[in-house]
Order: sequence, then structure tokens, then C-alpha cells
Amino acid sequence: MAIVERPTAPLELTTGEPETIRPLGVMTRPQGTTGWKSWLTTVDHKRIGIMYGAAALFFFVLGGFEALLIRLQLAAPGQKLYSADLYNQLFTMHGVTMIFLVVIPLGAAFMNYLMPLQVGARDVAFPRLNAFSYWCFLAGGLLLNTSWFLGGGADGGWFAYAPNTGVTFSPSHGMDFYAIGLQLTGIASLVGAINLVVTVLNMRAPGMTLMKMPVFTWMGFVTQLLLVFALPVISVALFLLTFDRLFNANFFNVSEGADPLLWEHLFWIFGHPEVYILILPAFGVVSEIIPVFSRKPIFGYPFMIFSGIAIGFMGWGVWAHHMFASGMGPLSVAAFAVSTMFIAVPTGVKILNWLATMWGGKLRFTTPMLFAIGLVTMFTIGGLSGVTHAVAPSDTQQTDTYYIVAHFHYVIFGGALMGFLGGLYFWWPKVFGFLLNEKLGKWHFWTILIGFNLTFGPMHILGLQGMPRRMHTYVEGYGFDFWNMVSTIGAFIIAVSMTIFAANVLLSWRAHRRNPVNAGPDPWDARSLEWMVPSPVPSHNFDEVPTVSHLDEFWHRKYAENAEGKVVRVATGAEVAQKGDAENVHLPSPSYWPLVVAAGLPIIGYGLIFNLALAAVGGVIVVLGAFAWGYEPADDPEAHHGHGGHDDGHGDGHGDDDGDGEGELATVGSGPAGTTGEEASDD
Amino acid sequence: MTETVATEHETTESDQPGPDVDPVMHGKGVVSHATSTGVSNEKLAMWVFLGSDCLLFGALISTYLLLRHRSTHGPGPADVFDIPFTSVSSFVLLFSSLTMALAVGAIHRGDERRCRIFLTTTAMLGATFIGGQVYEFTTFVKEGLGYTTNIFGSAFYTLTGFHGAHVSIGIIFLLSLLVMSLRGKLGVDRAETVEIFGLYWHFVDIVWILIFTIVYLIP
Repeated sequence: MAIVERPTAPLELTTGEPETIRPLGVMTRPQGTTGWKSWLTTVDHKRIGIMYGAAALFFFVLGGFEALLIRLQLAAPGQKLYSADLYNQLFTMHGVTMIFLVVIPLGAAFMNYLMPLQVGARDVAFPRLNAFSYWCFLAGGLLLNTSWFLGGGADGGWFAYAPNTGVTFSPSHGMDFYAIGLQLTGIASLVGAINLVVTVLNMRAPGMTLMKMPVFTWMGFVTQLLLVFALPVISVALFLLTFDRLFNANFFNVSEGADPLLWEHLFWIFGHPEVYILILPAFGVVSEIIPVFSRKPIFGYPFMIFSGIAIGFMGWGVWAHHMFASGMGPLSVAAFAVSTMFIAVPTGVKILNWLATMWGGKLRFTTPMLFAIGLVTMFTIGGLSGVTHAVAPSDTQQTDTYYIVAHFHYVIFGGALMGFLGGLYFWWPKVFGFLLNEKLGKWHFWTILIGFNLTFGPMHILGLQGMPRRMHTYVEGYGFDFWNMVSTIGAFIIAVSMTIFAANVLLSWRAHRRNPVNAGPDPWDARSLEWMVPSPVPSHNFDEVPTVSHLDEFWHRKYAENAEGKVVRVATGAEVAQKGDAENVHLPSPSYWPLVVAAGLPIIGYGLIFNLALAAVGGVIVVLGAFAWGYEPADDPEAHHGHGGHDDGHGDGHGDDDGDGEGELATVGSGPAGTTGEEASDD
Repeated sequence: MTETVATEHETTESDQPGPDVDPVMHGKGVVSHATSTGVSNEKLAMWVFLGSDCLLFGALISTYLLLRHRSTHGPGPADVFDIPFTSVSSFVLLFSSLTMALAVGAIHRGDERRCRIFLTTTAMLGATFIGGQVYEFTTFVKEGLGYTTNIFGSAFYTLTGFHGAHVSIGIIFLLSLLVMSLRGKLGVDRAETVEIFGLYWHFVDIVWILIFTIVYLIP
């Protein structure tokens, strides 16, 4: 809208009369920018990013609770706290939740919030599609978790190997919820990925060439491209599984001649790029944190970028190393073993570059820096155990043991999650305007580091001793007892540590309420464009889009060489930063329709599982919502000026009060294209 | 739409915040809608989406190729396919790509009437193809190949069904474009909308060429 800087009534006409727009005559166009309702209709990439983060942390609590239940059961040999069946559901839902509902959306939170800011854009390319992505993800996550109340959670492992996940072996509806819930989060990620790819390619500030983009934006860009190409493959696999389970198709019916390897291939063709989808955004996060707290530019920027791209490409050629024990043949095993060893090279390049960035730097061990170093060290351990998997003969011994569990927790928890926690501390002042408490932050870091290593370190030993994964208990006397107890203690230390984090957020917020001290635009003496705007970021991002001439543009505006060739500070961050007081900035309007369309999708899902009539109702909601979306102008009322007419804000820009539906059709951007919500051509 | 967000940086020269008037908004009147790449956001998004859709059909076609000869009983491909019939309906679909291209050409010239004619023709050709598919499916079912009969049936109906759904969604888009045009909302200034939809339509046609060749002709 034209006048975001009037927070009370941003969509008000100059006459003071509120704008009433009823697309298809159904609903009034949402207008507020404050209050809880405005969050439901927002299309602001920053608010959507915050909601992604909040939802991910909510699911983190759920998944963490499931993990604690697992560790309780395994604390001592021969325990029978729950049945083997419930245990299956617990570890499956723990894995699915942590991967699809915690780490991916945490990455999405950072990428949504930061990528438009770091490239100097006012929002993403398709703001309403962005809102749709979020609601669709939330709908999928909630649908997946309602399975607990509707007959039991998914019980086939997070990779859901068919035919083990067919109705014969998994008769509850859990796997149906898995397939449909992940289908929804997949649609969400795909739409979001298309959106961010276009944003990065098309909406960069003047002078922001690709090789001047911050490393985080680059890693996010590679991640989004991986999502674009990996998600359709898992979509197909999930469709096949759904059709098998609900409509008696024969894709995984071995008695009809099905090949059990089909699912494994489809899943891991998605699944291995997926692990880079999880880790690359966290790599991006620490690539922003380490230079700031080393007071040095990132070492070997082009190597950082090209190693990320190399990981993106090579990630497609290693999927079958998850299948060394499947009997797929020696040639395949050899080929995938070699490609897997190769992919360690670009990852190693990154680790060396972070170390070289810190080398000789003026290090400040703040909480974000500690977490970043935590990622570098813990991920290196996980990466090394990963290389041992590439050795196929050794891997066939390790497959399905706790050694694998140890490995992937070191890369996903010790890698991705450590990075994201550091990112939360790093960008918290930018997002909310106040710093988190450093002392509690350091307690958080050290307790989580200890708890994490106590939990997952012993699993290496357990695995090499032969303790199998996914078994609900074990017998005394195999040498598993001690290390399992250690691991359970570690898990509860992690729980305590995350409680410290929650307390930190709460206490810091209360301290800020009592004594509001704005953190300022640049609390860390940072380097990239998002620090050049006030904290919290105003809804229009930049008063004026900066012209970029350097990598680390913001830093180059603060520091310059003096006559002796020494780099000295020429301005403070606050001096360089924009004031955030621009008026009349043209922003996209909020909309109900992304929420409506996303709400229809889980209804279709429940309908497919329980009653097809319900699915039809959901279908009608989706189609009507999509058409209303298509006919709703993205940025009414200025849309009358259409192409080229950015003369809004003069008052004459608000003349479109004809609000009768007919008038708006004239202003539809690109019409009904995109009305399915999946075809990203209209927003 | 997006261009409003996309392009406000175009004329920004200085990095100092302006006094209280944003020079981008109040500057030289018409601001060009160029993007960093020169391709509009909508068109780029469609290309990225089509790239993603390639993998969708890639996975479906691979699944079909893996499973088509693994049925333990029931009709196989050779028992049900009617190549001459499917060739005709394939030709109908291919012909619709021509009319789609003509519709794009017409709207670029500002000839809204011809654009409507060609959009209608395209939709009708697409509908004919779908009608042929429905006829084909019902015939196959009568011949004993249901969706759950054997593994070939499941794979065949799923692959061709996904393609049919893409064509059907395309027809809905075509009709929506037609309604817009009839209301006078689809002038030369919106030519790119038709062009972007055309990309989708041609993609769906190309996928059918692959499916027709791989599923029907090669065995």
C-alpha cells in the first residue's frame, strides 16, 4: 500500500474513508497492520519469516518431547514404558518433525527474512505466494501431528520404506497422514523456493551482482534450487504411496511384481539433496557470523560460493550411498562410494575457509560466534563419520546401527541446528530490536554443547558395538547399558539447555519492556545490507534502495583506507544506516486468500483419508479461494495506475474507490494464471 | 503486481536517504519495469516451475518404465493400446500448440478478437484430447484393465492421469483468459500473461510427445 508509515490506518483513503474491496464480493480486503488478525493476512516477508521461526520452534518442542520419550525408554535395558508399536510411532514422528517441521522451516525463516534484505529488495517477488507457502507448511505440519489423535502417528521411519509402509504392515492411518502431510509441506517449500529463486535473480539492488551477494544469500539460493528440483521427486513417491494405501494401486505390492527398490531410489534422490537443503542455510548463517566476529572478510569468497554450488550439483550424484545394504550391485556401490568421498571435498573447502577467516582475526567470542564455532567443530566430526559411510564395506556393517544415528545427529543437530541457534542470537536484535542476554546465551551454548555430545557421542560406540536402530529395547549384558544411560542423561541436559534459551528470550524481552533500549541498526559492527536499516526492520525495508559497489557493502561504507593505507573507521553504523522514516513507499497489500487456499488443502487431505465428500468440500474451497486470489489485485488500489505509474502517494493514487468488483478486474496483474496456487505465475 | 515491488530500485542513484520524498516514486513519471535479469518475475517463475515439473514427469516416467512389464497377470500394454486412435488425439494436442502460438502472436499485435478465437480453439483442442483420454480409459477398463488390476494399470493410469490433469488445469486457465478477454481486460498490455501461459501449454505438449513415444510407440 501506499502509506505504510501511518501505522494506524495504512489503507485509508485520503478522504479518511476506509477502502472496501470485495474480490468476488466475498470478503472485505484486510486492512490492519497491527493486532493478531494482521498476522493472518500479512504478505510481509519479515512477518512471514518470524512466523516460520515461531512455528519451527513450536514443532521443535514437540519433536524434542518425542526424543525425550525415546531416550527414557532406552535409558535402561529391558524397559517396557511403551509398546514396540508406540515406540515406532515416536521415533518416526520425531524424525519427520525434526527434519520437515523444524530444520527446513528454520532455514525458511532465515531465508525469508534475510534474503530480500541482503539483496536490497523491498519484499519477495510474489508476496502472496510467500504467505501461501507459510500457511501451507503450517497446515501440513498440523495435519501430520493430528494423527496422534486420529489413530496413531506414522510408524514406518522418516524414510517410510515401501512396501513396509503399505497397509499390510502399517494398518493405521499414520502413514496416510505422513504422505499427505509431507505432500503439503512439499507444496509449501516448492512455492517458496520458486519465489526466492526469482527474488534473488530478479530483485537485486543496483550494483548487486551475483558475486557481490552475501554468502548466506548464495547458500540460500543454492538451497532453493535444490528444493525446486528435489521436491517433485518426493511428491511422486508420496503420491504413489498414497494411491497404494488409499486406492489399492500396486506400485509397492510385491505380490503383483513391484520392486521394493523403487521407493528407496525415489526417496533418496530427494533425500540426499535434502540433507544439503538442511545444512546449506546453516553454512550460510555461520559464513555471516564468523567474518563479523573475526573482523575480517570471509576468506576465499569465490571458493565459498563455488563450493556451495558444487555441493548443490554433487548432491544429486550420491543418493544411493543410503542403499549400500540393499543389494543393488557392486558397480552401483562402487560408483556411489567414490562420488560420496568426492563430495567431502567442497565441504572441506568450506571448513578450511571458516578456519582461515578466523585465523589472525580479532576474535570476539559472543554467543553467535560460539554457536558458529560449535557448528564448525561438531559438523566436522559428523562429516568425518560421514566419510566412513562412503567406505561401502564398512558401511554395510554400520547400516541400521546407532553409528548412523550418531552421524546424522552430528550433522543435523551439531551442524544445522547449531548454526540456526547462532543465527537466532545474531539476528535477534535486527528482528525484534533488542539483544538477547549474553550471559544466559553462553550458558545455553555450553550446556547444549555438553548435552549434545553426551547424547550422540556414545551412539558412535553403541553403533560400532552393534546396537541396532529402531529397536524399542535391548537386552542386558551386551555392553549397551552404560552408554545408553549416558545418552539419556545428555538428552535431558539438552532439554535443560533449551529451557535456558526460552528463559533468555523471556527475560531479555521483559528487561527490554521495562527499560527499552533499542539495539540500534548495527549492534555487532556487521557487514551486509540488512544491518543498514533500523532494528526492527521497517515494513518497507529500505527508505531508499542502496546502490551496491562492494561485497560487504555496509562495511565498506563504514571503513576506508586512510593516507597510509591503513583501514580506519570513517563512520559508525548508525550514521550510515537509513532512518527508516520514508513515507509513501509502495508495498503489496495484505490478503486473506493465501490463508483460505492453504486452509482448503488439509481438508482435502482429511477427506482423502476419511471421507471423499470432505475432500470435495476442501477442493471447492481451494478452487474458489484460488480464483478470488487471481482476481484480487496484488497491490490495490494503486493497481489502477498499472504498469509504470508509480505516482501513488500524491493522493490521486487513492482514487480507486469503485470497489465494486468490476473495477478491480481491470487491475488484475496477470489474471487467472496462477490460480491453482501451485502455478507460480501470478502474484 | 510484483513489478511494483520489483522495480523500485531502478532509478535510485544516491545512497543517502532523501529528505522526505522518495525520488523513486516521485521522480520521472514512468519507471521502467526492468528486473535484474531483464526477464519479468512472472515469466522467470514459470520457467523455474516448469523446470521443477520436468522432474515430476521424469520420476513418473521412470516409475512407469520400471514397472510396465512386471505385471504378473492381466492385460499388458500390447493388449490394450490402440495406436491409431491415440495418434489422432496426440495430433490434436500438438495442433493446439500451434493455435496457442497464434493466440500469443495475435495478442502481441493487439488483435484481441483473433486472440480470443485462437484461445477458444486451443481450449477446444485440449478438451478434445481430454475427451479422447476419457474414452480411451473407459475402453481400457471395459477390456479388463482397471486402476488396481495389475501393476501396469496402476503405473499407466497414474502417468497419463497426471498429464491429463495438467491439460485440464491448462483448459481452466484458457477459459479464464477468455473470460478476461471478453471483459476487455486482456489487451496488448497483458500480452505477457498469454505468453507465460503459452509456455505452460507448450511444456505440457512436449511432455505428451515424450509420454506418447515412451509409453505407446517404443514397445
